[in-house]
Order: sequence, then C-alpha cells, then structure tokens
Amino acid sequence: MKLNFSIYRYNPDVDNAPRMQDYQLEVEEGRDMMVLDALIQLKEQDSTLVFRRSCREGVCGSDGLNMNGKNGLACITPVSALGKGKIVIRPLPGLPVVRDLVVDMSQFYTQYEKIKPYLINDDKQPPAREYLQSPEEREKLDGLYECILCACCSTACPSFWWNPDKFIGPAGLLHAYRFLADSRDTATEQRLSELDDAFSVFRCHGIMNCVSVCPKGLNPTKAIGQIKSMLLQRAV
Amino acid sequence: MVINQASLKRDGVQDWVSLRATAVIITFFSLYMVWFFVSTPQVTFEIWQGLFSALWMKVFTFATLVCIMIHVRIGLWQVLSDYVKNARLRVLLQYLMNLLAFAYVLVGLFVLWGV
Ligand code: SF4
Ligand code: SF4
Ligand code: FES
Repeated sequence: MKLNFSIYRYNPDVDNAPRMQDYQLEVEEGRDMMVLDALIQLKEQDSTLVFRRSCREGVCGSDGLNMNGKNGLACITPVSALGKGKIVIRPLPGLPVVRDLVVDMSQFYTQYEKIKPYLINDDKQPPAREYLQSPEEREKLDGLYECILCACCSTACPSFWWNPDKFIGPAGLLHAYRFLADSRDTATEQRLSELDDAFSVFRCHGIMNCVSVCPKGLNPTKAIGQIKSMLLQRAV
Repeated sequence: MVINQASLKRDGVQDWVSLRATAVIITFFSLYMVWFFVSTPQVTFEIWQGLFSALWMKVFTFATLVCIMIHVRIGLWQVLSDYVKNARLRVLLQYLMNLLAFAYVLVGLFVLWGV
C-alpha cells in the first residue's frame, strides 16, 4: 500500500517562497500508523524535512500540525483517519514559519504569559501544609488543567489570526479561567480587570473552531463564556 | 494586561451587551414585518399607511432604526478592525459607514414624521 503526502516546505535561508512537495511511503497492506510515524519515515528518505516532536504520545504538545485542513497532533492522528486520498500536511496556520512544519510560537506564548498562568495567593497566613480543596472545588478545574498548550486551538481561531497581538486566544483564555475558577487563587478581581477590554476576551465570537480541533477534547468556548459572564456580573 | 488602554477605546462588556440587546429588537421588528406580510392578503397603500400611522408602530420602527445604527457601529468596528489593518483606511471606512447608518435613522425619522 502506498501513502501519498503533500508537505509544506520552506527554508527561508534558501527558498524564495514556500512550496508543496510530494512524498510517497510504502507501507504494509492493512497497517495503520500515526502521522508522526509517517513523518519520521519520510525524514529517513529526505533528511532536510523539518518538524517538531517530543513525547510522541499526545502529552507534550510539540507536534501540532495542520493535516488535511484540520489542526491536530500528528502523534495521535492515525493516517487512516485522514481518508484515502493524498494527505496534505502544513504548519499550524497564522503563525510565522521558522522552517517547513516548525512555527514560531512567540505570539502564542506572549498571550499565555499575559494571563499570569500561575497561582496568586496573598493570604497573610498560609496554612502550615498545603491549601486544601474540597472535591467540589477541585472538580471545577476539570476540563481546564488538561491543556497541553499545543496551540491547535488558537491557530484554528480566525479571531486569533487577525489579532494575535490583542486577543488572548482560546488556549490562553482556557488557562485564564482555570485560575479564575481555582478556589486557592485570590487574584480574581485583578485577573478580570486585566481582561476587561474590547479585545482580550470579547474578540471571541463563539465560532467554536477551537472546540472542534482540541486534541485533548477540551472546550475553550465554554471557559470563555464563563469569563464573559464573570466580566458581565462585575460590570452590572 | 492591556498595555495601551487608550488605543483599545471600546468597552468590551458594554459592546457585548449592546450588540445583543439591539439584535433582539431588530429580530422582533423583522419577525413582526414578516408576520404582517404573511397575514395581510393584499397590501394596499391604505393598509400600509395605516400600519405606520399608529404611534406605537412609529416608536417601534424608530427604535429599530436606532438599534440598527448602534449594531452597525459596534459590529462593523469589529469586522473592520479584523480585516482592515491600515489605520487611516479603517477610520475612513468606519466614518463613512457610521454616517450612512446615521443617515438611515434621519431618513426614517422624516418618513415616519410624514405618515
Ligand atoms: S485547549 Fe486543547 S487545542 Fe488548545 S492548546 Fe490546550 S490542548 Fe491544545
Ligand atoms: S470559540 Fe472563540 S476562541 Fe474558539 S475558535 Fe471561536 S472565536 Fe476562537
Ligand atoms: S509529540 Fe508530544 S504531543 Fe505529539
């Protein structure tokens, strides 16, 4: 069985413009593999092909790619899930390309940094041991803490494409809500006031591209809705 | 952390609420007009004039026009700030569209006045 690929190639040191390059891979009949495994084999054919990967099991978030038009992690996307035809692989949309499938994630991380992704607690008398949470308080963090910052969601979001410098984007906002919802965090008001402008949160128009691509099955749109209602309650 | 609050001038919460509140009124007006055309077998000039001569209908229509103006202001500001990256061009387009929306309100006002 032959697998056909069309892969985005761009090396700014030698290429004037990006191009798509075709590759073929011979695989055993009836055998499935992950897109990342295919890429690793293609790199044996052509060592100039560049992509990121680390854990190769969907926990590190390094290999977010656009496969047949949809963002996802190459390491947990089976080739069989991409249909019978040619598989088109491109870098995550909207971010500057460093080389081939590797993008510059600075804009993404800058937005993440803005929301202060760490616990803030100004309790004058911290408990002797750890801060305790009830099971109900802990439950509020489910569906939020699992994010691996792969950027599949933010780079699938039109609002992030057009305003990557002002709109926090689904990944950053999911984390923002993760700390807003945390019973141990005391900076709720400060966090909300820093999000209270026309771009940071409100550029989300609920298109839900983020939800449809998240490889961890998370729902940034829902978290964003919670932030919006917190901002609303604060204003009235 | 919004570094330059002044450049972001619009208020997110306010805009969000205004967009939805105006959309509700615009929707009601549209539904009412659809219902009017469906439920009136033949729309003659008298019926049409009669519809708009009632005070409540004048108020309803005028309120809808004002809502459209507000909706356009916010909605097109969002669309233009997404797609038109050249600030001068964006401000010009915004100005023209706001003017147009305002003109609609004025025209509507005078038409209703005359009925
Ligand atoms: S929310 Fe999902 S898609 Fe977005 S960065 Fe986190 S894991 Fe990736
Ligand atoms: S729901 Fe919001 S954050 Fe998610 S893709 Fe749509 S606009 Fe972007
Ligand atoms: S290589 Fe780590 S998530 Fe795919």
